[in-house]
Amino acid sequence: MVSETPLWEVFIRPRNGLAHKHVGSIHAADEVMAVQAARDVYTRRGEGTSIWVVRSADIVASDPAQAGENFEPTADKIYRHPTFYEIPEDVGHM
Amino acid sequence: MALWEAVLELADDHLVLGHRVSEWCGHAPMLEEDLAMPNMALDLIGTARTLYDHAGALEGAGRDENRLAYFRDERAYVNCLLVERPNGDFAQTMLRQLYFAAFMEPYWRQALHSSDAVIAGVAGKAVKEMAYHIRHAGEWVIRLGDGTEESARRMQSAVRALHGYTGELFEAGADAGGVLPDRAALRGDWDRVIGEVFAEAGLRQPDGVPMQSGGRRGLHGEGLGHLLAEMQSLARAHPGAVW
Repeated sequence: MVSETPLWEVFIRPRNGLAHKHVGSIHAADEVMAVQAARDVYTRRGEGTSIWVVRSADIVASDPAQAGENFEPTADKIYRHPTFYEIPEDVGHM
Repeated sequence: MALWEAVLELADDHLVLGHRVSEWCGHAPMLEEDLAMPNMALDLIGTARTLYDHAGALEGAGRDENRLAYFRDERAYVNCLLVERPNGDFAQTMLRQLYFAAFMEPYWRQALHSSDAVIAGVAGKAVKEMAYHIRHAGEWVIRLGDGTEESARRMQSAVRALHGYTGELFEAGADAGGVLPDRAALRGDWDRVIGEVFAEAGLRQPDGVPMQSGGRRGLHGEGLGHLLAEMQSLARAHPGAVW
């Protein structure tokens, strides 16, 4: 059965205001069943307020062979990290 | 006949169906459903627990949920016959779930306004659970009914196997004195939901099927005795056992 049933990636938003986060994948015949399966598998302990599903086949991923050119150039650009800025006390926790 | 007996009927419906659905745990056709089934079983058993405690309190004879669930014999169970029907295949289980949930969802919607605070409280939670059960089971009935030749054949045979147990849902049981909804009045809501799902699934409600009845009087099919034997054996072998 599973071989005929497409794979879906599941994204859950834990609270309003937060982004949907990838939590795992499920098998389902179509999008309606996928949302149901995601609800049954990934929200049993009150994890979510919203569910997204997307066919795994529709995810476009970066090529691991290009990891060097994609990610290494940022390694020496530490000035992009916000640790160089003094945050005034009054701003509080950011 | 009194209110506590009417609440007991409701509790028995939920426990027996909850136990039936739980029998799928570890046996469902795919992992996703293997989690969905216990989810639904736990919804039903959770409702049953509150209702048993309430029935026991109304009866006033000192019986709690465990006493009522584990120490009554088959003839003292007053669930409707639909909920005790064996799981059969996945089609039959999904149809049974749809038939029951399509009845309970409008039931709880009315019970939201019950003069009994416990019943109204249970209704607030259960109405959402039943709406989900309708959706879950309904989508499966649609896909199996309108699926392959084999799935359509199984779905149609599930309809033949279970349809005769739907009439009893609407029969009056113990007199609840207006505290619980009138079952017969829910027929229109039930027909509408089943009609919509069946239309999409390409299924037809059979005509002229004789309706079975007797559960509310303790007259059950063979399956309930086996179910209770399994469910009650632990509590009876070790009375008062706790985790």
